[in-house]
Amino acid sequence: MSRHIVIIGNGVAGITAARFVRKLSAHRITVVSSETDHFYARTALMYIYMGHMRYQETKPYEDHFWTQNNIDLVRGYATQIDTQSKVVRIADGVDIAYDALLLATGSKSNLFGWPGQDLPGVQGLYGMQDLALMERNTRGISRGVVVGGGLIGIEMAEMLHARHIPVTFLVREQSYMDYLFPKEESALINDEIVAHGIDLRLGTELKSITGLDRASAVETNLGDLIDCQFVGLTAGVHPNTDIALASGIHTNRGILVNEFFETNAPDVYAAGDCAEFDADGIGSRRVEQLWYTGRAHGKTVAYTLCGHRRPYRRGVFYNSAKFFTVEYQTYGEVPAQPDPHIRSQLFRQGRALLRVNSDRKTGQVLGFNAMGLRLRQDQCEAWIRSRTPVDHVLKSLAKARFDSEFQPRRVYSRAAATSD
Amino acid sequence: MESHASLQLTTPGSRYSARQKTGLALIGVGILALLVMLVGDGTLNPALTMGVALAGFLLGSGLLFAGLLQRAPGVNNNGIWFSGATARGMAGWIMAIVFTGFYIILYWTPSNLEQLVRGTDALSSALRGRPADQWFLYGLFYTLAILIMGARMLIKYRDNKYQILRTISVMFFQLGLAFILPSLMLLLNEPEFYFSYFWPLKYDYLWPSTFSSLTQGPGLGIFLLFWTAVMTFVATPVLTYFFGKRWYCSWVCGCGGLAETAGDPFRHLSDKSTKAWKVERWMVHSVLVFVIVTTLVLWINSWTGGGLLGGLSQEFSSLYGFFIGLIFAGVIGVGFYPIMGSRVWCRFGCPMAAILGIQQKYLSRFRITTNGGQCISCGNCSTYCEMGIDVRWYAQRGQNIVRASCVGCGMCATVCPRGVLRLENGSMKARYNGPVLIHHDDVSVQLDEAWQRERPLMPSVQEDLPILTDEDLGTSPV
Repeated sequence: MSRHIVIIGNGVAGITAARFVRKLSAHRITVVSSETDHFYARTALMYIYMGHMRYQETKPYEDHFWTQNNIDLVRGYATQIDTQSKVVRIADGVDIAYDALLLATGSKSNLFGWPGQDLPGVQGLYGMQDLALMERNTRGISRGVVVGGGLIGIEMAEMLHARHIPVTFLVREQSYMDYLFPKEESALINDEIVAHGIDLRLGTELKSITGLDRASAVETNLGDLIDCQFVGLTAGVHPNTDIALASGIHTNRGILVNEFFETNAPDVYAAGDCAEFDADGIGSRRVEQLWYTGRAHGKTVAYTLCGHRRPYRRGVFYNSAKFFTVEYQTYGEVPAQPDPHIRSQLFRQGRALLRVNSDRKTGQVLGFNAMGLRLRQDQCEAWIRSRTPVDHVLKSLAKARFDSEFQPRRVYSRAAATSD
Repeated sequence: MESHASLQLTTPGSRYSARQKTGLALIGVGILALLVMLVGDGTLNPALTMGVALAGFLLGSGLLFAGLLQRAPGVNNNGIWFSGATARGMAGWIMAIVFTGFYIILYWTPSNLEQLVRGTDALSSALRGRPADQWFLYGLFYTLAILIMGARMLIKYRDNKYQILRTISVMFFQLGLAFILPSLMLLLNEPEFYFSYFWPLKYDYLWPSTFSSLTQGPGLGIFLLFWTAVMTFVATPVLTYFFGKRWYCSWVCGCGGLAETAGDPFRHLSDKSTKAWKVERWMVHSVLVFVIVTTLVLWINSWTGGGLLGGLSQEFSSLYGFFIGLIFAGVIGVGFYPIMGSRVWCRFGCPMAAILGIQQKYLSRFRITTNGGQCISCGNCSTYCEMGIDVRWYAQRGQNIVRASCVGCGMCATVCPRGVLRLENGSMKARYNGPVLIHHDDVSVQLDEAWQRERPLMPSVQEDLPILTDEDLGTSPV
């Protein structure tokens, strides 16, 4: 029996769900988005601004893909759900009736009530509209200030830098992302930021933004005044729960779901950035806001939407990023703070860094951090999952290399040498 | 949402330093010197004027590219889609028209290039012991383009060993084997022979006319025949088996050499649509059939003493030479760089690429491996694929890329911001890995057996080498 599956949000979670529902069934699928007509890679927003790609290059599928796969795309803003009569209201549009509804509404930029945060020239960066705004806001300016030392903050700094706009980068922490990175990794990124001519201010917070008709300066908590015409607010994101709040669906930080992505409303699901796992569900990390987790959520929920109800299970954690020119990959357990139970071995050479963590007692490998190196995910995961002795891992690190051919990396041989 | 800056000659934010401006000015002087030679009355000393032109280009581009050194190493494609020159803006179209026009003049009315040709006489006499002709001029320009833009590549990709070695390789093969050596052959009264070109790209190297001229002439003729035969029928398939077609297309070939160096600023302009892929397959394989048929017809004609086919074979071969050799490879292949990207000829027309591609697809150890679930679908790989392969389509589903057209330039892996792609030569067994699940146990979808039988969604993961050995598992003494 064909059902109508409606998905709100055409980001990676919503679209992955749509694709897998299509692989699994002949259900009618409608994807609603107020952001863009077609799915694009949010991860590539920065590259559009930097001139590496245009919007059309960031679309992972050609436009005919959607008609070919019989996935209806609706451009509109979903405001409310009538969970009784199973209808989604679209602002200035036609209501859509559903048999199953997936909320994949993503995130919104955090604002912390800074004075002046609503001035023109002040903005966050999350979606296509933000990018268009940034394009306008940064025309002909002589300095931009980026507030918030996370992934989007450093991206924004790189974006402005690519347009030859001087950047001041305010980072609350004493070292870039020291809440996530051990201190060597963090220091390496600090150096990388400074090497690109960014005015990096560590241990510095935004106090206020001043300006008459648009931002003209920021004041920091240290009392410094910085003249600028653009302020990027990148102090994290939070789940976009607007539609759930308007529809009586339970929320906390995000839209509350169990490990099957089911909300409290029948046949309404939530996945991706906007979802928050409830207490009995999935353990720590209740909200997952990565590209990879969005994709994994979307795929899992697709099975449930098609009547093959199954829970979300995390694999070995992994993530990746690029900080200016430094690529970063992480697998498994690599806490920022030294942990008495974890032996952390660090190998460095120039801008390359490799950290291998293992259990101090058993000697089994637990995790990897790589900067300026490329590791093979299959191999790292397999070692972690099978609790391979770290000595053996270090000796056979060559198997995990994914660097391009001919790339010399003494890091690996150094690591191998220590295992003897 | 697009930036409509494509008609601007410079980006709003970009600033040229005094050194870069000097470089541009010197290039301007070089262009002016060439113009004077083209339209002037010939009263200026041609060798001197040519010297000024070449010095202007060399010094000017040197100053210009030195600016790249001040950027941090690492991929930097900033502003490519904003610049008129590289985003089909005004400068791009002007370049396309100038390049195309140059080819048309070169092929059809070379007498208009007389002064330019005379400007290279001195060099030609020194190298070849005879005055220059338009082909010497062309060869000189071609080689200089590869050397100058090759130097730019070496700076731009200076932190990537693969790109460095590959670029040095194409520079070496062009300068040594496609420019100096053929010239020296002429100096020594040997046939002008290009050691780095083989049939079917150099289509006439297996034609009966070449055979008879080589066997009848004195000197190295027999050796050259032997070289051609060995390279075409032995070395090419063996090397392609081990390394894929990249050993030739992006390491040796002169057409590839120009595309990889002078064409690098335009690589993103290739069409990535599935429609273009369809056109490509029909076109490039038709040319391959055309050249094989032409070669066969010529041999049949030669064996039958012209009795069987008469003048037909002659017409066939001149048709091929005109439409494929001249118009496709030259005029469109290079002239359209700023409009259709740097590999128009290699992708849609080159019979050598076609034949190597077929082997690469079915009988080669080469593939581009994807790294588990790391792809973020950003699209840099597809954008910068000069062959128009939608690399992301494979990468985002965790599938190895085994495509006939891939020339192995490695740029997808170079521009990938997440380390997802790697060029590899490995066992043939695991090349087609099927769409491996994005993350092997991200969902831990344990489909019930009936469901799985009905829809075999997940092909089993084949492994090249066992990822985990007993030692990894710690079950045997280390």
